[in-house]
Amino acid sequence: MAGLELLSDEGYRVDGRRAGELRKVRARMGVFAQADGSAYLEQGNTKALAVVYGPHEMRGSRSKALHDRALVNCQYSMATFSTGERKRRPHGDRKSSEMTLHLKQTFEAAILTQLYPRSQIDIYVQILQADGGNYCACVNAATLATIDAGIPMRDYVCACSAGFIEDTPLADLNYVEEAAGGPQVALALLPKSDQIALLEMNSRLHEDHLEQVMEAASKACKDVYAVLDQVVRDHVHEVTTLLGE
Amino acid sequence: MAAIEVRLPVARKLVAQSLAQGSDKHLVAPGDTITTDTGYMRGHGTYMGDEKLVASVAGAVERVNKLICVKALKTRYNGEVGDIVVGRVTEVQQKRWKVETNARLDSVLLLSSMNLPGGELRRRSAEDELAMRDYLQEGDLISAEVQAVFSDGAVSLHTRSLKYGKLGQGVLVQVSPSLVKRQKTHFHDLPCGASVILGNNGFIWIYPTPEQKNEEAGGFVTDLEPVSLHDREVISRLRNCILALVAQKLMLYDTSIVYCYEASHPHQIKDVLKPEVMQEIVLETRQRLLELEG
Repeated sequence: MAGLELLSDEGYRVDGRRAGELRKVRARMGVFAQADGSAYLEQGNTKALAVVYGPHEMRGSRSKALHDRALVNCQYSMATFSTGERKRRPHGDRKSSEMTLHLKQTFEAAILTQLYPRSQIDIYVQILQADGGNYCACVNAATLATIDAGIPMRDYVCACSAGFIEDTPLADLNYVEEAAGGPQVALALLPKSDQIALLEMNSRLHEDHLEQVMEAASKACKDVYAVLDQVVRDHVHEVTTLLGE
Repeated sequence: MAAIEVRLPVARKLVAQSLAQGSDKHLVAPGDTITTDTGYMRGHGTYMGDEKLVASVAGAVERVNKLICVKALKTRYNGEVGDIVVGRVTEVQQKRWKVETNARLDSVLLLSSMNLPGGELRRRSAEDELAMRDYLQEGDLISAEVQAVFSDGAVSLHTRSLKYGKLGQGVLVQVSPSLVKRQKTHFHDLPCGASVILGNNGFIWIYPTPEQKNEEAGGFVTDLEPVSLHDREVISRLRNCILALVAQKLMLYDTSIVYCYEASHPHQIKDVLKPEVMQEIVLETRQRLLELEG
């Protein structure tokens, strides 16, 4: 590969991580008072903000209501200042619409929608700073926001990406590694039951390598789960202590 | 021009860590197995996943005999018959109003389940249906009682008492329904000169205490007399105190609000919203409440 060395001979990546290591994940639940649930999450330099409203009465066209389950409505947007070059429209372009659909699929798989017939759940996520793994950061932030809103879910949804560079599977790609154009897999996993909520791959990867890359991605998802679970437990503990009784 | 106050970021203090008490509650997160014993009944916040009882929300496990529930920290309002709610009319339909009450579906208020102006009981005629918008229109706030809960969780309201009806001048505060303590009465005339309605749905209405309760109006004539500056100040202070209690997650009921109001007196009304002042006055309130319990 020309110029940049993505994996050194000693096994270090451009930002000093080992192949299977995640970037630092920091998160906080309940950042807004107005929304039913909200969360802020940083995965390295990728920063995402998620808000959840609902379940509430159908807004807009009532004909969209489903009589046996809740409708999950998602919106993915990127702040105009989130990328190196200023973006023109924060949402509604092709890339964002695709991401919106993916988020919707992911959360319809995880939320127990059949408990709330004829209502609607809104999930809004915004990327404040994009440094690779936007989809994954969004899913992780939205999971925390959904838990904060008290919406019943089968399990956490944890997402992480993985790539394949120089015959080594790399977990949690950053922007530089993504831009190099190698194969990239984004995986959203329900970690307790090992069920896949969403799997997406860019560019080409030889069949023989797929298993290794998937293994790296699911291992990374479980690492993310450990971090998110700690955040949730700390939050629940804090609030129950304050509530006392 | 008024001076601008600049505040610097401060690290958050976590109360739970400073108390460092071993919580005896069983706390779970979504996906956690609560029990593998099949002899238990599945309650709210749980689901059966291959022979195991699994939590679906984050919160504390509650057991009643064989029933296991998980109570989430905050949710939307789940109606129960007899609850007092405050809501906002969103739609006028044939023979009924739709009311937004922070529940997962809009509540309904039937024309037949309210006292019409004039007081006496009579049949609802076609004229009444046409005049529905004169009684309540979109955007009006009402207080009501839950009459019935439908199978899909929607709530039916009634205002068949002079206590309930349209709300006039006052301030609405929206909080999480789990922070409102269930009590015998949710209408309080506070000693500080204002009244509050603590809706079970987390909508709190603060209004000046009416001088005489008008009997025959049936709660439809709104009093548009200007409210005195003193009353407005009391109401604003109460609002800020309630927000402080909510920020520090203290249960809301008449005593906690009155204590917090009294603790806030050394501060200006606008200063009550500063995080460190909130912390101080709520801590004082907590201590007084503990002393009261003995």
